[in-house]
Amino acid sequence: MRPGFNRRQLRRRASALLIHVILTLGAAFMLLPMVWMLATSFKLPGEIAVWPPHLLPRVPTLANYQGLFQAVPFPRFFGNSVFISVVSTISVVITSMIAGAVFAKYRFPGRTALFMLVLATAIVPFEGYMIPLYIELVRLHWINTYLGIILPTVIMSFGIFLIRQHVASAIPDELMEAARVDGASEWWTFRRVLVPLSGNAMAAVGIFAFIQAWAAFIWPLLVANTPQLFNLEVGLTAFQFRFSTDYGKLMAGSTLSTLPMLIVFLLLRRRIIENMALTGLKG
Amino acid sequence: MSVSILDRPLPQRLPQGEGRRRITRHARLWLWCYAMLLPVMVIYAYVRIWPIARSFVLSFYNWRLIARVRPFVGLANYEHMLGDQNFHIAIWNTTVYSLGVVLISTVISLPLAVLLARRSRMSAVYQTIYFLPVITPLVPMSIAWKWIYDYNYGILNYLLSFVGIHPIAWLTDVHIALWALVIMGVWKVLGYNMVLFLVGIRNIPSTYLEAASLDGASELRKFWHVTLPLLRPILLYVLVTATINAYNVFTQVYVMTLGSQVAPGQVTRVLVYDIYQNAFEYFRMGYASAEAVTLTLIVLGFTLIQFRAFRERETA
Repeated sequence: MRPGFNRRQLRRRASALLIHVILTLGAAFMLLPMVWMLATSFKLPGEIAVWPPHLLPRVPTLANYQGLFQAVPFPRFFGNSVFISVVSTISVVITSMIAGAVFAKYRFPGRTALFMLVLATAIVPFEGYMIPLYIELVRLHWINTYLGIILPTVIMSFGIFLIRQHVASAIPDELMEAARVDGASEWWTFRRVLVPLSGNAMAAVGIFAFIQAWAAFIWPLLVANTPQLFNLEVGLTAFQFRFSTDYGKLMAGSTLSTLPMLIVFLLLRRRIIENMALTGLKG
Repeated sequence: MSVSILDRPLPQRLPQGEGRRRITRHARLWLWCYAMLLPVMVIYAYVRIWPIARSFVLSFYNWRLIARVRPFVGLANYEHMLGDQNFHIAIWNTTVYSLGVVLISTVISLPLAVLLARRSRMSAVYQTIYFLPVITPLVPMSIAWKWIYDYNYGILNYLLSFVGIHPIAWLTDVHIALWALVIMGVWKVLGYNMVLFLVGIRNIPSTYLEAASLDGASELRKFWHVTLPLLRPILLYVLVTATINAYNVFTQVYVMTLGSQVAPGQVTRVLVYDIYQNAFEYFRMGYASAEAVTLTLIVLGFTLIQFRAFRERETA
């Protein structure tokens, strides 16, 4: 054993420890808003406005959650968010599956042009074209309707890309050929070969659609004008402007809006991270 | 890309009957494709393509929602933008915000990914925690951050008091409000950038790093001379995507700085907020469209930079 070995090992240990300390501090910073929100939602008013602040409630209470349901039609907001997100998710999965599969496995005149059109318009941010969409809704008298709120979320270019990528790379042509040789119709092939083999990709698209629709803010803010149609995000904002200092109830409402996403994420963590990374890299 | 047998060109000479059957089969297949795509493309055109085209058109009109007459004004809206103080402030703030978020989040997430690249249980736990903010909805998180930033009772000022820093009016101080938004922006996007870098690092052939180790290179040198150069395309991708996302910032600004008691007004005015105000508070749809087109062009510009860089790499 060389004399320098121990010191070197010690240095390596020390640096590993330092790295862990830094990573843990960083993780605490990432979790801080969620922990602080959750803790405050269980605090009585007397414990919220105190210095020094307590991180955890000393006398946990459910009063904020109960008060929330009395102050605003909170269950209604929650129901609206669920309804809007579910409809949007179903629609996105269906449209993405159809368009993605056709773009991946068939060749027909205009295919490249159509796909390029989708690709080019996918880059444009929603805020860049929401004004004409709003004017169109005014013309249709769809302002302040579920239809109007859901309309821009029924399709997702990213979903089309993801399914196309999956179908093109993971489903062999031979499978479709075999079905055709057996005399199956194209619809049968789509329904019985492509769809069942795209379960994972469709699930990934569905998760993204749901997360996106759940967090939708600027569009429901514009289109929903009465509390009956507010989703959680708009409802929370309106509530915040009215009771800006009632942090107990605000944090209770925020917790209820965040919790479903946290649950979805913790259940499907690996799939969400992997798909975000993969599709992100493939654009 | 692999495609179906049907894509092969038709054989030149075929028995009469056979050829005709093949042609009708092609035609029927095309018809099927169009029939499948039609509903999807109609919706897509209606909610995406047409509004995009129309926002360009609107930007050349003096288009007010409440006015009967909406005259064509050529480039007048764009000329007006040049002298519009609010627009200048919005562009400046948005650019500062974007640069701040993109640079800080990249500088943190790249080394973070290097540290977490080794597969282990702790690495997975850290990854999950760092990624969490990416999927949390922005409105509740903005409200939570507002409470963290609270001048009197916020936990941030409390934590800073331990290192002797006096309370900071995070959201109302004109010099700090925008940076308070930047901190939250970094918090939100950090995990996403980290995951992209992680994929890139894991795709680096291990032989490169092993060779460097054999040559006695330190961890820092390996990072600087092996990892970083190989990560350049992903680095570019992260920079561009993060910049595009940052330019669309709105929700945090609306929730955190437009409340009754905090109103720095111009201090956190960002581009999308300016568009929102012109279009939906003043109903100047034409002018707001010109601003929206500007936003779109900025985003397209960044995307083109990325496209060209990738192409150069491929041809080089």
